[in-house]
Amino acid sequence: MIRMQKFIGGLMVVVMMIPALTQMEAKTRTKKAELAQSTSTGTDQSEHDQEVFQRHCSRCHNAPEGFPPQISGTIIRHMRVRASLSAADERAILRFMNP
Amino acid sequence: MLALQTTCAALLLGSVSAQNAPYISGGGGLITSTKGGNTTYIPIIAPEFVAMLGDYVMVESRATILESYFPRGGGKPGYTQDAFLGLSYLQADVVVNRHVTIVAGEFLTPFGTYNERLSPIWISNFEEAPLTFGAGTMGTASSVGGMARGSAYSNDDVSVDYVAYFSATSMNEQFSAERSSGGRLSAYFPKARVEAGASFARLLQDTHENFLGGHFWWEPADSHFRLRSEFAHAPHAHGYWIEGDYRLAHFGGERSLIGRLEPVFRMQQVFRSKRDTEDGMPSADTNRVDFALDYHLPHEVRINTSYARELSSNANRNIWQTGIVYRFLFPLWRGK
Repeated sequence: MIRMQKFIGGLMVVVMMIPALTQMEAKTRTKKAELAQSTSTGTDQSEHDQEVFQRHCSRCHNAPEGFPPQISGTIIRHMRVRASLSAADERAILRFMNP
Repeated sequence: MLALQTTCAALLLGSVSAQNAPYISGGGGLITSTKGGNTTYIPIIAPEFVAMLGDYVMVESRATILESYFPRGGGKPGYTQDAFLGLSYLQADVVVNRHVTIVAGEFLTPFGTYNERLSPIWISNFEEAPLTFGAGTMGTASSVGGMARGSAYSNDDVSVDYVAYFSATSMNEQFSAERSSGGRLSAYFPKARVEAGASFARLLQDTHENFLGGHFWWEPADSHFRLRSEFAHAPHAHGYWIEGDYRLAHFGGERSLIGRLEPVFRMQQVFRSKRDTEDGMPSADTNRVDFALDYHLPHEVRINTSYARELSSNANRNIWQTGIVYRFLFPLWRGK
């Protein structure tokens, strides 16, 4: 039992280290994003829409690899109900899915 | 009238052209579970149907079809089997305005986050639901009645959403539910990627009982780390689960050999103060740790493997589980 508790304790320490690892990763990604931003023009709207998509959808599931465009409106309406999306976020995600 | 409807639809969807063909989504796969040396094999398929009826009404449903093959037990050799076919929900959603959607029919009981968001087999990281899952979901995890839900307030800093429901008693085999009511209030802070919320449910038949719940999710921006947790309190037991997963995508991206790996850890504890067979929680104090290694293959296929050690005053046991799940999504017919 004590060995099990030590084992669990050790694992908890490892899990606690994960956020530090993600912060390192985030810093790297932020630098890449800044670099990309300095070379891009006029993509604020699509970046915002992508941000809204990632913020809401990836909270629960991985994005599907692809889907037919004729069901995008139905998917978004389903997610609006399930995830209680605001009307503005629904529009943003729909724009992202139908650029 | 038609012009008014068209105008409202245009306002609702802005200038975006969307197509609203019905679709079938869901997952299918094979799950194995070994508990105390006994292995159960479960082929399963969980299709989901969604169709829009005009601009404001939607009908959606999810079924679960599975067959369990498990040892006969009692010293007898070989396996026996048990089939199951059931509807998880069958509901109509009516968008009343930008803050309110009315849901009627059989729906997933909105207590905590697991039931509505993480229970589909193509989403959940583990094959088994958390130990506290039964608390607040009234045993059936589905309700039959009505629900109001939506986004109460939303800006760049915070989104507040709510759910309130009432369920009647239903003894129908496909639509079983307890008489209950409850709701959930959540706040999501998009800049911090943090969500916190509280749930309440009251069982309104037999012994009237209250259930309280709380949840906290954190998913740092630009990271593949996700932390999810829930707390549930029943009259004679309470418990929590906390789950962290980290997809190793910084090793060459999500589609690299290593980037497809996703280690997952879940810690659970349940504390019981008094015996209660109705609250859906374990019958004794239980501690459990789960470790999983999920692998995301191309073409929406995922392999899940997990090991759990459960320590309970009833019995200690190891639980090994594996699964291969395919997620599908296709339109029922071609749109315009």
